[in-house]
Amino acid sequence: MYDFTPFIESITSYLNENLSPFWAGLISMVLLGVGILLFYAVLGLYLVYAERKICARMQNRMGPNRVGPGGIFQTIADLIKLLLKELIYIRNADSLLFNIAPFIVIVASIMAIGAIPFAKGLQAVDLNIGVLYILAISSMGVIGILIAGWASNSKYSVIGAMRSGAQVISYELSVGLALLGIITFAGSMQFSEIIASQEDGWWIFKGHIPAMIAFVIFLIAGTAETNRGPFDLAEAESELTAGFHTEYSGIKFAFFFLAEYMNMFIIAAVATTLWLGGWLPFHLFRWGAFNTVMDFIPPVFWFFGKAAFVIYLMMWFKWTFPRLRIDQLLALEWKYLLPINLMNLILIAFLTLMKWHF
Amino acid sequence: MTGPKIIFFILAAAIVVFSILSIFSRRILRAAIYLLFVLVAMAGLYYMMNFQFLAAVQLMLYAGGIVVLIIFSILLTSQIDSKLQAPKGSHLLAGGITAIAGIALSAITILQFTFKPSQENAVGTDMRTIGLQLMNTDVQGYALPFEVISVLLLAALVGSIFIAQKKKV
Repeated sequence: MYDFTPFIESITSYLNENLSPFWAGLISMVLLGVGILLFYAVLGLYLVYAERKICARMQNRMGPNRVGPGGIFQTIADLIKLLLKELIYIRNADSLLFNIAPFIVIVASIMAIGAIPFAKGLQAVDLNIGVLYILAISSMGVIGILIAGWASNSKYSVIGAMRSGAQVISYELSVGLALLGIITFAGSMQFSEIIASQEDGWWIFKGHIPAMIAFVIFLIAGTAETNRGPFDLAEAESELTAGFHTEYSGIKFAFFFLAEYMNMFIIAAVATTLWLGGWLPFHLFRWGAFNTVMDFIPPVFWFFGKAAFVIYLMMWFKWTFPRLRIDQLLALEWKYLLPINLMNLILIAFLTLMKWHF
Repeated sequence: MTGPKIIFFILAAAIVVFSILSIFSRRILRAAIYLLFVLVAMAGLYYMMNFQFLAAVQLMLYAGGIVVLIIFSILLTSQIDSKLQAPKGSHLLAGGITAIAGIALSAITILQFTFKPSQENAVGTDMRTIGLQLMNTDVQGYALPFEVISVLLLAALVGSIFIAQKKKV
């Protein structure tokens, strides 16, 4: 549970000993793909359940409580229902683009999962440009949203897609600049090196106030990037009925729904890795006994615990803030977040240059 | 047939097929999406050559930036049932002859040229090397071009704001 490197290496060496390199490579690819897909589906279902429960708590309700103890099988029942629903064919839609759009959205988020370090040695690929890769891949998702809105041939969908596009393109800047701050501190884009640089303290503590400002900006911009409330005016059910996925039904709708939740998880995972030390346990300066106790908790639990905390924060925003108007949304990004972010980045560069961080 | 070779041929086939589809499609948004697939497959090729940074930049700038801008402008200007007109026969003929002449010219040049493998040591594709080189003021540094391009971008921004403003000053 503490180090997955020997486990992964034993599988690889077993495959390499018994098979030719071609088949070993192919089988390890298939194993990885199946693993990531399973993880994706299970975590997606769990996140939907968590959101419904947390939303219910905040509105003083019970939430799902009939299917299974505490309603934990509710989302599985919902999934079965969605699988059995008819896929509605729209006569005047561009059928090719209409069918391709959910896949673009979901592939973009599945590919981003591959670069996330879940625990020591539990990472599909440790890229030299890890952070940039996640940014680049997640910028593809918006294309799926745009063509979904356009291909549906519905006014609500097009308005939703345009809003979503404007929003994602503007907030991508803030996400990138906030990440750049921590990249400057750590001096690397590789996830393993960023985590290694936090062995003596997480960047949110080591980086003084600029790191905290970057964290808050990243959370705001990340929430906006995933089209979640209070920035959910792209799918605003009360004014646009559902925005870009109004015309989708059955499993294609489920793809959009799942991708939205998994994008939230990816944002939380990146925030965890860059600011909260990834899978590293919480250590207090020179408290030997306390640190030893913390080391007993496996890294996987640390990672998912921190990610769950960030996800809880994002759900908390959604159910407590009212939705923004489109002009307020763009003003927030271009007039406030972007200038603050740029100033913050200069401050971080200065701190790094003077070696004033711990 | 090794694994990388198979992946290379899949990517190459995707690039060729989607480029052709992108040119011959008469629905403009479909053409843009085929272009997107070409660009993503190119990123895959860069990744196979271990140029990870180039692959990510290709995805981010071309797929995430330029294609999104193209789609945006299509969304604002065209309808779902608008199709480009089929070209006239004479235009088709002239275009076809030009394209074949272009292909022949490039093919002859490529076949006649003898490609020599470089004797120099390979430069690392580590992110740090790229960053240092980009901001270097040495002989092979790229600090000056980098700054000049940023001035060009600033000029373009000022120009676009001037054009977009409603009242002439």
